Amino acid sequence: MAETTTTTPVAGDDPPRPDGPSRTDDSRTDGSRTGDSPAYGVLGDSLRTYRMVAAMWIRSTMAYRVSFALTLFNSFCVTFFDFVVILLMFGQVKGLGGFSFAEVAFLYGTAGTAFGIADLTMGSLQRMGRRVRDGSLDTFLMRPAPLLAQVAADKFALRRFGRVVQALLVLVWSLFLLDVDWTPVKAVLLPVTVVCGAVIFGAVMVTGASALFWLQDAAEVTNAFTYGGNTLLQYPPTIFAQELVRGVVYVVPLAFVSWLPALYVLGRPAPAGVPDWAAFASPLVALVCCGVAGLAWRAGIRSYRSTGS
Amino acid sequence: MLRLYATVAAGGFRRYATYRVATAAGVFTNSVFGLVLSSTYIALWDERPHLGGYSVDDALAYVWIGQALLTVCGLMGGGFEEELIERIRTGDIAVDLYRPADLQAWWFSANAGRAAFQLLGRGVAPMLIGALVFGFTLPSGPGGWAAFLLAVALGSVVGFALWYLVAMSAFWLLDGQGVMQVAWLAGLFFSGMLLPLNVFPGTLGEVARMLPWASLLQVPADVYLGRYEGRELAGAYAFQACWALVLLAAGRAAQALATRKVVVQGG
Repeated sequence: MAETTTTTPVAGDDPPRPDGPSRTDDSRTDGSRTGDSPAYGVLGDSLRTYRMVAAMWIRSTMAYRVSFALTLFNSFCVTFFDFVVILLMFGQVKGLGGFSFAEVAFLYGTAGTAFGIADLTMGSLQRMGRRVRDGSLDTFLMRPAPLLAQVAADKFALRRFGRVVQALLVLVWSLFLLDVDWTPVKAVLLPVTVVCGAVIFGAVMVTGASALFWLQDAAEVTNAFTYGGNTLLQYPPTIFAQELVRGVVYVVPLAFVSWLPALYVLGRPAPAGVPDWAAFASPLVALVCCGVAGLAWRAGIRSYRSTGS
Repeated sequence: MLRLYATVAAGGFRRYATYRVATAAGVFTNSVFGLVLSSTYIALWDERPHLGGYSVDDALAYVWIGQALLTVCGLMGGGFEEELIERIRTGDIAVDLYRPADLQAWWFSANAGRAAFQLLGRGVAPMLIGALVFGFTLPSGPGGWAAFLLAVALGSVVGFALWYLVAMSAFWLLDGQGVMQVAWLAGLFFSGMLLPLNVFPGTLGEVARMLPWASLLQVPADVYLGRYEGRELAGAYAFQACWALVLLAAGRAAQALATRKVVVQGG
């Protein structure tokens, strides 16, 4: 799996980094000479940058193959052990908060897959604090490429793919175990949920990274919402305090990552007095989250001052 | 010589004390995780009271002890091995080996200072928050606290010894990421961070309770909960001390082998 994903981008792009510093804005059009689609918006530009930087890091990782194999295996296991805990719990009990094993596995799979995708693509953002502190972010700012894409792809870790695979396997397994009345709506809602969930998690990561422009050492706060949120979403909302559930619906909208749509698929009522149509609000929430993250990021960049040493 | 190591330890303490925002961020994250885990434990113990011999209040105390000791005992990374591995990879380790101090003792002292700070900075606050929110079991009197602190100190030594051994592997593998993460994984699972080891079923539980990682959280937590008395308490300490000695000796052996056989990186 890893091999195929690595070799494709490596073959295509020759220069791994955008060329030297001090280039004017029209260097963007210059960039199109590599032969991709000529019309670049900011998004296209970002994607291209992201792909190039990520491909470079993948090649660099492949220099230590034993280590890569171990880390990929490990990433798979970390999440698997997460799941072992649930298995161990259900070795002792028949239901948790009124939810069966298959239902908890479904919650685990949806939240885990969404988080895994976000972690794979945006997880490097939490390392940005170091770059702000030591001033190496300056190098990134000099390059004629979107900063967010550069930072997000910085030290791109393909090993995180293990997390996605593991969560996806649990999700598929739970689908076999579950006894759900599938309707076309539910069948469409499931993949949409996973994608929107990943976007919401990604937006949280970007917002958290924006705070690093001011508080370089506060990266761990983001973990509370990303890793902590992922753990929270793996369990049924019935076992948590209602204030906590309301918090992840109305304040940090993590409930839209998987809980609300997943509960709809399972045919259970939404928690904490949330209206039922909220199960379909994930795309909208994801969009709003991206807006907030974008604003936070802009504010962050504007206030950036190098270390100046 | 002892003064040197005391200075190094004090330096380790001060170094981590400098990063106040990071400490506050850590306390926040530990508390959020404590909150989430507490809810799952309450649900679990609700279904099965006295699971693993713990009452709900004991289980909740366990959760918050885990959050408090996370960095102190190196449950998910010792906090120093990344730096040591980087020094090995870049070849800076050669400078360390020139110093008129023992490599392992140097890092041991620095780590002791770090652990002491993190016990105060990142241990006390989550415990307080957890105790206020959930009102879990507290040790019986100052004697109970003292016994707990000794177990934590021993646990942190075992934690250091484990991570030092991990860092030594970088002499051969250069990129320590893989081994580090496997160790991270083992620590996460076998320390009882995810679920108390006495809830693990059958043989898995028995094996897990014999492994060195049990010294990091399970033993200190059981000492805290007053599950050991007299002789048994001494036995629990002996268990930790044995693993500490064995692992420190292994670390020394690896270090000796590495410094004799391995060509240092660098240019």
